[in-house]
Amino acid sequence: MDLNFLTIVEAHKGLLAKQFSAEDLVKACQAQIAKTEKLNTFITRTDDLALEQARKVDAKIAAGETIGMLEGIPAGIKDLFNTRGVRTTCASRILENFVPPYESTATRKLLEEGYVLMGKVNLDEFACGTTSEFSFIGPSLNPWNPEYTAGGSSGGSVAGVSAGQFYYSLGTDTGGSIRLPASWSGCVSLKVTYGRVSRFGVTAMASSLDTIGPMARSVEDIAVIMQVIAGHDPLDATTPDVPVPDYSADLKKGVQGLRIGVPKEYFGEGMDPEVNTLVRSAIKEYEKMGAVITEVSLPMTKYGVAIYYVLVPTELSTNLARMDGLRFGRQPEGEVKDLIDYYFKSRGQGFGTEIKRRIMVGTFVSSAGYADAYYKQALKARTLVCQEFENVFKEVDVLMAPVVPMTAFKVGENLNNPLALYMADILTLPANVAGIPSMSLPCGFTSKGMPVGLQIIGPHWSEPLLIQTGYAYEQAMGWKDMHPKF
Amino acid sequence: MQLTKEQVQKIAQLARLELTDEEMEKYAGQLTSILTYAEMLKELDTSSVAETSQVTGLSNVTRSDELGAALCTADELLECSPLPKDDHQIRVKRVI
Repeated sequence: MDLNFLTIVEAHKGLLAKQFSAEDLVKACQAQIAKTEKLNTFITRTDDLALEQARKVDAKIAAGETIGMLEGIPAGIKDLFNTRGVRTTCASRILENFVPPYESTATRKLLEEGYVLMGKVNLDEFACGTTSEFSFIGPSLNPWNPEYTAGGSSGGSVAGVSAGQFYYSLGTDTGGSIRLPASWSGCVSLKVTYGRVSRFGVTAMASSLDTIGPMARSVEDIAVIMQVIAGHDPLDATTPDVPVPDYSADLKKGVQGLRIGVPKEYFGEGMDPEVNTLVRSAIKEYEKMGAVITEVSLPMTKYGVAIYYVLVPTELSTNLARMDGLRFGRQPEGEVKDLIDYYFKSRGQGFGTEIKRRIMVGTFVSSAGYADAYYKQALKARTLVCQEFENVFKEVDVLMAPVVPMTAFKVGENLNNPLALYMADILTLPANVAGIPSMSLPCGFTSKGMPVGLQIIGPHWSEPLLIQTGYAYEQAMGWKDMHPKF
Repeated sequence: MQLTKEQVQKIAQLARLELTDEEMEKYAGQLTSILTYAEMLKELDTSSVAETSQVTGLSNVTRSDELGAALCTADELLECSPLPKDDHQIRVKRVI
């Protein structure tokens, strides 16, 4: 039996039926990691810890105890989540030796479920990027063709899930960092409603937009992970006390009568024709399954990138001010005169090129004399985006569109062209600006064999509907069972 | 919006970033193109639009001021610092 490409649900059943042990799962993952090492997935591996965690689960199974759905299932966690005692770098030189003394709420919940940690996986530095090339260890490569990037910022997460190195991952999505790489590397992902999953212990990028969510091989697995990580957390004041639904309850209800809106602005100029064809044929499938398709218009879409790349750098430049090299971080190299010189050198040497760029944009657009024209105007434009979504969701239940207008970038293709990288987020970042949930679901491959993702966007707290909608298509098509060859 | 090398230098000063001359040149061009792109926001009439800084309707989230269980010890936090410790404090470079 090929253990590497099982879903979480299949692996769980196999553990219960004693077809294999949790240790077998870890060893299969380790063998696959060795075989596909060139994908550059891991920043830190936790091989001994993983085996120790798996053996505990095997002992429970042998003793006839019940186990939870995630118990004994290997995961890779984006290296932005604080994991007590396990190095957490945010893919930045400035934190290359940082070992957090406490656990993020999301991974604490996984620990309490008995998960198995294979290691901390790659991302763009502080989650800023669309290709994972801004990581201090370089990009994670695409499992479908290593000349291309896996995408970013959660590049290690999707490369590992798609390549069979682990069964799922948690990442962060501020403007598409979960959905874009999932689309480019061919796995399922969910960007949650703002505040649905606690961000405590996860390094902040842009606090009014950051969300945490899962990447996995099936929609049902996404529901299983959500059940564990969602909910209010007293340690994160932005998690409202909204009841956590049963995410698997509506899984098989189908899409008969579902009102799907297709925003015409999401199929604009510059879109890869093959992406267009694949996404439109996926929407046709929904029509065949009984959904009602309507074209809708979201004219604010074209302002999304401008709004986003004013708001995010502003919040980021504030958040990363804490990277001062004193309480954590690195001591600068060379001679240091005094405290202020220490800040300059620690940050100048510790941050990479994209982080410096964003800190400077944010510092500028929020500075006296410019804040009204840029930052405050972007906050007002944000209101218009929110209103536009509110209005469209009076007419349709969900929106469907591509995740990204193009397939994965080649390694190095846009490294010195920040605007081209930012434009790749044009279809994912509106959901972050409005704080609404959005799923990325595989919907086929281009003639070059590169994966394409369908994006399903819903109103606040509509995760169960997105899961129900995604599941119907996934079951009708065979994309879930396609895996890269090595 | 055309940024000069001197303006980039000033921004870097405010942001406490030491940059090389080469970085300064590069960022002057790149920041200019990013800010020029963002100028499209000026097209929007926002005279009667309020600012949005949060999206789920929360306001004034408070809690009672009670000690919870410690997530870690003070000394564990101090251990995160790369600098020498002295009597449970971090020894930094002189300020003045």
